[in-house]
Amino acid sequence: MSSVVSNIRPPLITGNKTYHQITEDICASTEQLPGRGWVLCLLFTLGLLGFGLVCYIYTLWFGLGTWHLNRTIGWGWDITNFVWWIGIGHAGTLISAILLIFRQKWRTGVNRAAEAMTIFAVICAVMYLGFHVGRVWMGMFMLPYPNTRGPLWVNFNSPLVWDTFAISTYFTVSLLFWYTGLVPDFATIRDRAKGFRKKIYNFLSMGWTGSAKHWQRFESLSLVLAGLATPLVLSVHTIVSFDFATSVIPGWHTTIFPPYFVAGAIFSGFAMVQTLMLITRVILKIEDYITIEHIESMNKVIVLTGSIVGVAYLTELFVAWYSGYIYEMYAFYNRAMGPYWWAYAAMMACNVISPQFFWFRKIRRSIVWTFVLSIVVNIGMWFERFVIIATTLAKDYIPSSWSYYSPSWVEIGLYLCTFGFFGTAYLIFMRVAPVVAIAEVKTILKSSGDQYVGPSYAEKTGLINSGLHHDHDDHDISTETTSADTQTALKKEIHTDTMVMDAPEEEDTKDDNKDQTDSPDDDK
Amino acid sequence: MKRVLNKKVLFGLYNDEEILKDAVIHINKDDDAEIMDVYSPFPVHGLDPLLGLSESRIHIAGFIYGITGTIIAFSFMTWVFTADWPIIFGGKPYFSAPAFIPITFEFTVLMASVGMVVTFYLVNGLGFGVENPYLHDRITDDKFCIAFDITHSTKEQIQALSTLLEETSAEEVHTKDI
Repeated sequence: MSSVVSNIRPPLITGNKTYHQITEDICASTEQLPGRGWVLCLLFTLGLLGFGLVCYIYTLWFGLGTWHLNRTIGWGWDITNFVWWIGIGHAGTLISAILLIFRQKWRTGVNRAAEAMTIFAVICAVMYLGFHVGRVWMGMFMLPYPNTRGPLWVNFNSPLVWDTFAISTYFTVSLLFWYTGLVPDFATIRDRAKGFRKKIYNFLSMGWTGSAKHWQRFESLSLVLAGLATPLVLSVHTIVSFDFATSVIPGWHTTIFPPYFVAGAIFSGFAMVQTLMLITRVILKIEDYITIEHIESMNKVIVLTGSIVGVAYLTELFVAWYSGYIYEMYAFYNRAMGPYWWAYAAMMACNVISPQFFWFRKIRRSIVWTFVLSIVVNIGMWFERFVIIATTLAKDYIPSSWSYYSPSWVEIGLYLCTFGFFGTAYLIFMRVAPVVAIAEVKTILKSSGDQYVGPSYAEKTGLINSGLHHDHDDHDISTETTSADTQTALKKEIHTDTMVMDAPEEEDTKDDNKDQTDSPDDDK
Repeated sequence: MKRVLNKKVLFGLYNDEEILKDAVIHINKDDDAEIMDVYSPFPVHGLDPLLGLSESRIHIAGFIYGITGTIIAFSFMTWVFTADWPIIFGGKPYFSAPAFIPITFEFTVLMASVGMVVTFYLVNGLGFGVENPYLHDRITDDKFCIAFDITHSTKEQIQALSTLLEETSAEEVHTKDI
């Protein structure tokens, strides 16, 4: 029997789960009191957040002079961290939108947490926009509103204004997508809850009933939102790169920036998803839903996007030389050999060399390696932004104004503030919402559960070879003669064995394959 | 907001979506039985045609919202820079269409997404604080439910319907006022 089981599609849900078991496993984290570890983590992240807020108030009170930015280096940790966070915020919507369109079933295990992470990361990025404008109460000047100055509108030709629109749209669409997916799962928790919790989840689930028409519209909405979010994801980091690429600064003024930034964003976003998921799956005991297969799939995305980033770095160097433009040449010479050589070296080592380890299957499937490399990648991606922003500005056209920059304690504190917020938000999310999309995982159970595909299925079907493996009675000769009652009983018994990906050979010819083409192939 | 439909409902709970689909096919053959609705914990593929549900038109609404956004964004920026307050930026013409594309695109996506999501909740009758009547706790967990409206049915009709549910391997059959 094992010969007819597809080895290409390993199971994505292990542990012989039933629908009810999936509900139990995933709702569990929202139904128990958190452990001591969770409380300690929360206190730690709240501490970071608190210290960060002190730094922010300090900045507001004394002004941006509390940072070590200077006339030459006008953008430092603020924009570096902004771009870093917005990059991290790319994986969630990529997983939920692009992978939905590509019908990737492993998406269902990780999309919920990745989308949540996206939303929190985008909030962190937006916090940086608030920090770096200094007088944050003037922030509304970014928006085109009728005003008493003419009205004098914002400059719609400016990439900074494009950024306002791109990031606010991205945040809104990600939030709507995420929340709409959460509604049926909140309904699941609602129907299990009692008392005050039931009231809360009743409010959150918006009165979801699971009616067939609602599901139909839900799927239609998800698909169209995915279609809209796909170009949106790509556009957001493209526009962030325009902030640099449309300027005239050597080292920034390059056409390669949009694809290079997008690849880098997906690269760092997936690395952050790995870091978080590897911890989450152990703490919440959901290893059956976020399996090694999921981890390996994400590592494949990391090695792909990491290689694109590597090629982009080398292309940049080549073009700087090939352009024959001395300022461009010097900008790159300065990046690699100047006072910030260590940042450039760290970027190259972490982003170009480290992901290449994932070409090895053993490393792709190793949890320890994945965890370490995912952190290394995010350090590398931080250095990439630092190299592009601060080290490029440090040595401009006039040697007398050359400068050096290292952050003040306030800037470090603000970075910790965003970490504090991110950690706090994620910890709370883990406890109040299902971390894995319950309804979506159920839809792939019969095509990806380990009792239906993969090695353990083969073993099982080998044992029950003599049994019944047919699911409709209308043309099953063996059950034709039995009574209606027996047929019903048989159907109940074998319904878990329907939806077999590869039917036994002797059955193939007389099977009309109706059910088999209906469900296992479309996962959404 | 609690919604009351003033209906009496007879419903059967099934264990598996394949049994559910077979049951719907079987019930469809009976002219006297008209399914009110089917409830499931996740979308069941191949169920919509069996229930005679027409395709959702939400994507058409999305297109209309999107194209509205495109027109608003592009024409607004054009009006601002050619009529309301023309300014020369970097020696480029007042009407510099390529520079308008990013915002036009973002605004299109924003309008289409927000519009579609709002439409989705409105047509489904969902929203924060809404309490729609529900039949059974396990429908959002692992049970698949076929419901009949029996508000105006006679005893014999109700009996026939529950027999029909049992015949099609329903695990449980209940009635409920919603």
